[in-house]
This record gives sequence, structure tokens and C-alpha cells, in this order.
Amino acid sequence: MISPGLAIPLALSVPLIGCVLIWLANKSPNLREGVTLVTGGVLLFLVITVFAAVSEGDRPDFHLIEVIDGLPIAFQAEPLGAMFALIASGLWLVNSVYSIGYMRSGNESNQTRFYMSFAVAISAAMGVAFAANLFTLFIFYEVLTLSTFPLVTHKGNDAARRGGRVYLGVLMATSIGLLLPAIVWTYAITGTTEFAPGGIMSAHADAVGPLAGVLLGLYAFGVGKAALMPAHPWLPNAMVAPTPVSAFLHAVAVVKAGVFSILKIVVYIFGIDFLHDTGAATPFMWIAAGSILLASVIAMNKDNLKARLAYSTVSQLSYVTLGAMLATSMGVMGGAMQIAAHALGKMTLFMCAGAIYVAHHKTLISEMRGLGRVMPITFGAFFIGAMSIIGLPPMAGSWPKFFLMVGAADNGQLAIIAVLMISSILNVIYLLSIPVQAFYLNPAEEGEKPKGAGGAAIQWGALKEAPILCLAPPIATALGAFLLFFFADPLYKFLTPLIGGG
Amino acid sequence: MIIASQLAVLPVITPLVLAPITLLLPKGRASWAWATLVSWLTFAACIFVLKTVAETGLISYYLGDWAPPLGIEYRIDLANALVLFLVSGIAAVVFPFAYRSVELEVDERQTPYFYGALLICLTGLLGVTITGDAFNVFVFLEISSLSTYALIAMGARRDRRALTAAFNYLVMGTIGATFYVIGIGLLYQATGTLNMADLHDRLVGQDNRMVQAGFAFILVGVGLKLAMFPLHLWLPNAYAYAPSAVTAFLAATATKVAVYVLIRFFYSIFGFDFAFMGAAFTYVLLPLGLAGMFVASLVAVFQEDVKRMLAYSSVAQIGYMLLGLSFASAAGLTATLIHIFNHALMKGALFMAVACVVFRCGSHSIHAFAGLSKRMPYTTWAFILSGLSLIGVPLTVGFISKWYLLEAAFGAGHWYAGFLIVASSLIALVYIGRIAEVMLLREPASDGKYVIAAKDAPLSMLIPMWALVAANIYFGVRTELTAGLAERAAAALMTFAGGGS
Repeated sequence: MISPGLAIPLALSVPLIGCVLIWLANKSPNLREGVTLVTGGVLLFLVITVFAAVSEGDRPDFHLIEVIDGLPIAFQAEPLGAMFALIASGLWLVNSVYSIGYMRSGNESNQTRFYMSFAVAISAAMGVAFAANLFTLFIFYEVLTLSTFPLVTHKGNDAARRGGRVYLGVLMATSIGLLLPAIVWTYAITGTTEFAPGGIMSAHADAVGPLAGVLLGLYAFGVGKAALMPAHPWLPNAMVAPTPVSAFLHAVAVVKAGVFSILKIVVYIFGIDFLHDTGAATPFMWIAAGSILLASVIAMNKDNLKARLAYSTVSQLSYVTLGAMLATSMGVMGGAMQIAAHALGKMTLFMCAGAIYVAHHKTLISEMRGLGRVMPITFGAFFIGAMSIIGLPPMAGSWPKFFLMVGAADNGQLAIIAVLMISSILNVIYLLSIPVQAFYLNPAEEGEKPKGAGGAAIQWGALKEAPILCLAPPIATALGAFLLFFFADPLYKFLTPLIGGG
Repeated sequence: MIIASQLAVLPVITPLVLAPITLLLPKGRASWAWATLVSWLTFAACIFVLKTVAETGLISYYLGDWAPPLGIEYRIDLANALVLFLVSGIAAVVFPFAYRSVELEVDERQTPYFYGALLICLTGLLGVTITGDAFNVFVFLEISSLSTYALIAMGARRDRRALTAAFNYLVMGTIGATFYVIGIGLLYQATGTLNMADLHDRLVGQDNRMVQAGFAFILVGVGLKLAMFPLHLWLPNAYAYAPSAVTAFLAATATKVAVYVLIRFFYSIFGFDFAFMGAAFTYVLLPLGLAGMFVASLVAVFQEDVKRMLAYSSVAQIGYMLLGLSFASAAGLTATLIHIFNHALMKGALFMAVACVVFRCGSHSIHAFAGLSKRMPYTTWAFILSGLSLIGVPLTVGFISKWYLLEAAFGAGHWYAGFLIVASSLIALVYIGRIAEVMLLREPASDGKYVIAAKDAPLSMLIPMWALVAANIYFGVRTELTAGLAERAAAALMTFAGGGS
């Protein structure tokens, strides 16, 4: 058995070793993909080791080096980070299977570079998850941005160049322009960037007091990966990437690294109590609420499936930010659970979108009418994922909405409850309409239609699903979204130390 | 034993005495090998000096055993030991790098003169740094400048505009040196001494017109040399048309040494007792530093010539150094010293990458960089990594510089300056990103004058370049040497100048 303290550095380095091996196995695709899968398996095992240790109350840590006096690159696993790491590493494995199916069916070029960048990105995500201080977090946050750039621009055409420019531009501009000064400012005031239970600000309340709102704003927008409007344009632009990238990075690893950072900063740097007492978070709570609604409205007007999902992600990410900015324990709990639930649900949706593209080369929702009769399994999984995102029981997504409402009520913000309700209704309209149209409506008159898409009943003989490697992963995550509903209690107990309990 | 006691003079005397021998050697390989050897010997001497100073403190050495203030004193504390280490280190990397590049860009008959002049230039820069005598600074400044004019003019084989660039720099540089020497003259008139430590003692309480004028002349003169905005006009052309290896060397050393001279005058000669120091910080360095950061960065964005772009970027980076100084705090001084060191590493590597492209393509236009990742991957990645360093991405030296600068800005209460620093870094992101995009995402030219064979630069260029790139990353993670020493140096200078911490 590997000690949890050792598992952390290994979790960071195993994907990097995998990256080198992938490069060496360039000539043989089967060996190369084998390396990816084995790396994913080993990583998952390591993260589970850490996760188990954390659930027993242990806080394994690892100190790499001291870069500047008082600013070490150091790691420590705590519940939120362990959860994020588990989600990221688990879903990486699922996504690797999916990538193999997708990239091979599409005969994509530069596949070696693709898998290598993925491995570096997951290593960076582990670094973000286990970072013990803001300084370390920032380092891996930037590595994550840079390592995903080749993935976003994978196609190398004009659209990819444009998308990549916005992607890198917004993420780097916010992180260097806002996040970095915020971190240095915090360091200049408090003399540390360490994540500490209860926050580090309250001990310097006099110095921070008048600045708390400004600093929080710098963090909220500086963590561009959290896609709080108006720092969101990078996310829709990242959709030029191949779908496995959108599914994993822009529904799980990258965006969750963003909202994870926000939660972590609110809980361990500011401290919930400090924010609650100063009321500094209130303006950002409203901005997050606005972001939730506005992004949903934009999503409704998108006919391109991936674009709609991207705006839906912007909206859903703001749930986490909202939970953090409510500055109540239930709000934080809701935000933390949303990280897990949304990851499973949104990844399902993206992988379904990719499966539809692989099987029928359709990207527009209006072209998908009737397609449900040809791809019932895919659209079934899509339906389950959509239910989870909306927050309907018995899907995992219902718990975070519940906790967020409790948190809003605790804080006396009834309007926020209204926002959450409206948002769910909007979600129903723009997400559920997709499988419903696919199952019930007839295909549009013009254009070629897939065989079997017309009639009333499903003709089982005429099914044309995506290859099994593209089909099984969304089923697995949809199943996960369903099962997590019943495991909310263990997750709640696991996360309790986050809100000062346990 | 004898060598050890003469240690302080070795960094200057080694290249000074050995450089003329280059002229006697046959052209081409022999003179290059000799010059490289000399640069390594010099580097070794500087390492010993740095080690000695770090362990035992200040070294004071009397040239010819003539006691100061009449004799010339070499006075080495941590600040100049660090700069000596930097300048000689860059030279030790640039000399091996230069061979293939010079073979292509400089007339073969001129190579002994070229390497000789480069060694003399090195001597001058080291001399300016090491000496504790204000007039001796002028002498070495002229030695380095005169050789620089010649070196830049040797770029004329590829591009005749190198001649006007060199002439332009000659005029501007001479004006700068004249201003400097007028300033020194005025101070001499006021105090009757030229030794720096002695000047400091005798200037106490002399806040009169003559000293003020002397200070102003020196500030402008050195400002010209270090390309302080808006006195930078000589720099872009000089860097763009000089032979590539010369640009790499100068960009990493010449302006840095001038910044060091400014620090020396501010902290070791004048000190905070003078009211005009505060005015110089607040009304000259701060606004000019900020203006340079933005104007030069913005100009860099619109350059079609990558070498010129990097040259404007250098002007902007000097703005950071002046800004750090202008905070008039130990933290700000530390940031400036660190950035002097770190910027040399990144700009050296960047200009070397450009030199590699020039070597294969014969051009430093942005069009020559199209699809470079498919043609010259090692050069491309060297450029990108050092470019990231310039932007200030974590795990590179650029980040360390930014961190200390920001900390100094917030610590000094200039929080707006903190945001201007990062805003200017974002402009760096634009101009580096522009080149990176061209290198990574464009297709290589298939015909016309920018066609490049799919062949990377020779190893003799790649190894030195990657050594600097590695230094960019190493010193971005381990900062005992740079930040540790810079902090100690800054604290000592600060105490001496009578400022707060």
C-alpha cells in the first residue's frame, strides 16, 4: 500500500511520466492508448488512496521546494481537493476510453500531441486540487491554461486559431491581470498565502476590512476559469476543440478547477464567517445570480448543441460561485456538491453530443429531430444527464440545488431562491427539449435524413448508434449521476470539515 | 595565494590583457576559440568573486597599490558581484553560440576584430561594474561603448542600415557620456574627489546648485545609456541591425550595467539625505518607467520585425527596473536587482532564438517565423519558453520578477502601479502570443524568400541557447542565488543610503 503522503507527488508525476511514454509510443496507436489507460488507472488508484486517507480525517501533505522565502510549492489534501481530484481522475479514465473511440472514428490528426497535452492537463488539475497555498494553486492554474491550448487549437484551422486566441487571451488576461495582483496583495497584507481552515483574513481584519470587497472581486473575476460573467467568453470559444476536450476539460477539469479555486479561496482564505460579517460577498452573489440567468437565456438561443451546452456550463458554474458568495455553510456545501454533480451530468451531455457527431455528423439541434429513434441509447443518456443538470430527483443534480436554496434561506435571500427556480425552468426548456424533439418530432423536410428517423415507433433494426467506445462512457456517467443521488449522505459527511463541522 | 589576493582585479584584467591577442590569431575558428576561452576564464574569475563576496563581504582592492581617493579603488559588494556574475555568465554563453552565427553574418576577414571587440566590450562592462571610482566608470563606459559602435556596424554585411544605426548610437552614446562626465566634473568641483565612497562622505550637507546640476547631468547621461524612455531612440535600430550574437550579448548586459550605475549613484553616492532624490524618484523614474512600460510595449505589438519587437520590449522591461527603483524601498530595490538578472536571462535566450532563425532563414521578419514549429522545433520551444518567462508565467524567472515587483508596489502603497505592472505584462502576452501563434499554427512558407529547410539550428547554437532557457526555469524555481543575494545587497545599499527598509 502506498502512503497517502507519497500518493500526492505520485499523482502529479504519473501523468507526466505517462506523457513521455505516450510520446515514445508515437508509432503504435494501440500501445499509445494503452499507456493512456494504464496511466489513468494508476492515477485513479493513487487518488483513491488519498481520498480514503482524507475521509478518515487525515490531511496528507507534501512539500516540494521553497521558491521564495515563505512561498513554498506545497501540497495538502483536504476534503474539497480530494473530491475534485477523485472526480477529475475518475472521469479522465472514462474520457480516455471515449477519446479513443472519438478520435479514431474521426481519423483526427496529431493524436499523439492530443493525448500528451491531456496528460499534462490532468497533472496540472491534480496540482490545483492538492495545492496547499495560493501560490502553488496559481502555478498549476497557469500550467492548466497553457497545456490545454494545443487541445483547443487542435484542428489548426482559422476557427481554431480565433477560438484559441480568445481562450488564451481571456484566461491569461484575467489570471495575470487580476488573480496575480490579488494573490500578491493578500501576501503583502497577511504575509502568507496558506490555505487555513477559517481563513487567513480574519486575523488581519483591520487591514483587509475596507479592501475585502475589492480583493474578493479580483479573485472572483481573476479566476477566469470559473467563467463568471463577463469573464466567460473563453468557454464558448473553447468549443472549437474536439468533443472529448469539451467533455472533459470544459465540463470537468478546467472549469471545475476554476470554481474549485473560488470555493477554496472563499473558505480557506477569506473564511465564511469573515465574509458573512463584512458582507463583502453580497455584490458578487448578485453578479453570480445574474450570470446564472443571463447565460441560460443565451443558451436558449443557440442552435449549435455544443454552444448551447457551453452556455449552460457558464450558467451552472455560477451556481458554485453563488454558493460560495452566499457565505453560509449550506451555500458552500451546495457549491461543493454542484462540482461533483454537474461534472457527471455535463460530461454525459457533451459525450452524447460527440456521439451524435461521430454517428451522424450533426451539430445543430434543429437537425436532430427524430434522431432519437435512431440513437435511443445516446438520447436516453442525454435525457438522464439533462435531468441531473436541471436538478430533478432522483438525479445527483437535485442535491446541490437543495442545499443552495437552504443556504439562500439561511442568509435571508429569498430572491436568490426565485433565481434558482427560474433557472431550473429555463434549464427544462433548453435542455429537455433536445431529447424530446429527438424522440417525438419528425425530421425537417429538406436535407437527407437518417433511415428510420421518420416513423412513429423505434425500428430496432435501423438503429445507428456511435461505436461502443463512444457509447459506453456516456452511459457510465449517466449511471453515475443517478447513483450519486443515493450517495449524497456519505459525500455530505465527507465534505463536512469544509464548513467547520466534523 | 598571490592569485587569491589579486582576485578582485581578475575579472577586468583577464579579458583586457588577453583580448588583443585575438587580433594576432588567424581568422575564423582560432580567434573564436581563443575568445571563448577568455570569456570562460573571466566567468570563472567572476564566480570566485561572487563566492568570496557572499561569504566574506565587501572586497576593496587598490589598483597598483595606490590608496584611494587618489588611486583607483575596485570596490565589490553583493550588488556588483551579482552583476559581474551575470555579465560574464552571459558572455560565457554567447561566445560559443556566436561561432556559426558570426560565420554567416560577419565578413570572415573581420572575425579577429569582431571577437576582439566583443571581449573589449565585455571588459568595459565588467570594469564599469567593478570599479569604485566615478571617473573610472566613465573610462570603462567609453571602452564598452566604442567597441559596441564597431560591433553594431559589423552588421552592415547583411544590412547596410547597421551603419546608420551604429552612427546614431555613436552620437547618442557620446552625448550620454558627455553629460555623465560633465556631471562628474561638477561633483568634483564640489568635493574634490572622484572616489565613490569618498564622494559620499564629502557630499554630506552639500545640497547646493552645483551638486544638483551634477546629479541631473548624471541622471540624463546614464539615462541615455540605459535607454530610459524617452531617451531610448538609439536602441531599437542598434539591436535590430547588429549581428545577432551581438544583439543577444548587448540586450542581456549593456543596459543592465547602466541601470546598475544608476543604482550605485543613487544609493552609494547621494543617498536619501538629499531632497532631490525623492523628487527624482517621484517625478522622473516613476512616470518615465511607467510610460516606457506602456508606450514601448504597445509599439512592440505592431512590429513586423521580431528583433525590433524584442528591442522595444527591452525598453519596456527597463521601465520595470526604473519603477522598482522609484519605490525607494528595500523591496523595490530588490525587485530591480532581481529583474536586472532575470531579464538578461530571458532576453538573451529570446535574441538567441531569433539568431537561430536568422541562421536558417536569413531574416528576422515575422514571416520567417511562419510554421517554425514544424521546421525548427527546438528553436521554437526555446522562444516560447523564454517568451512565457517574459510574460511572467509561473515556474520561470519572469514570474519571480513580477512577484517581487508587485510585492514592492503593494508594500509601498502604490497599488495602482501593481495593476499597471500586470497590465503591461498583458501587452507582452499580446506580442509574444502573436509570434507564438505564427510559429505554432501557421503553415510554413512553401515558396518565396522565407522558405526554411526542415532543419534546426546547429548544436553549437542550440546548446548555449537551451542553457539560458534552462537557467530561465532553474532560477524561476530556485531563488537563493538571485533573490537571496539581491535581498541582502538591497538591504546593505539601503542602510548605507540612510533609507528606511
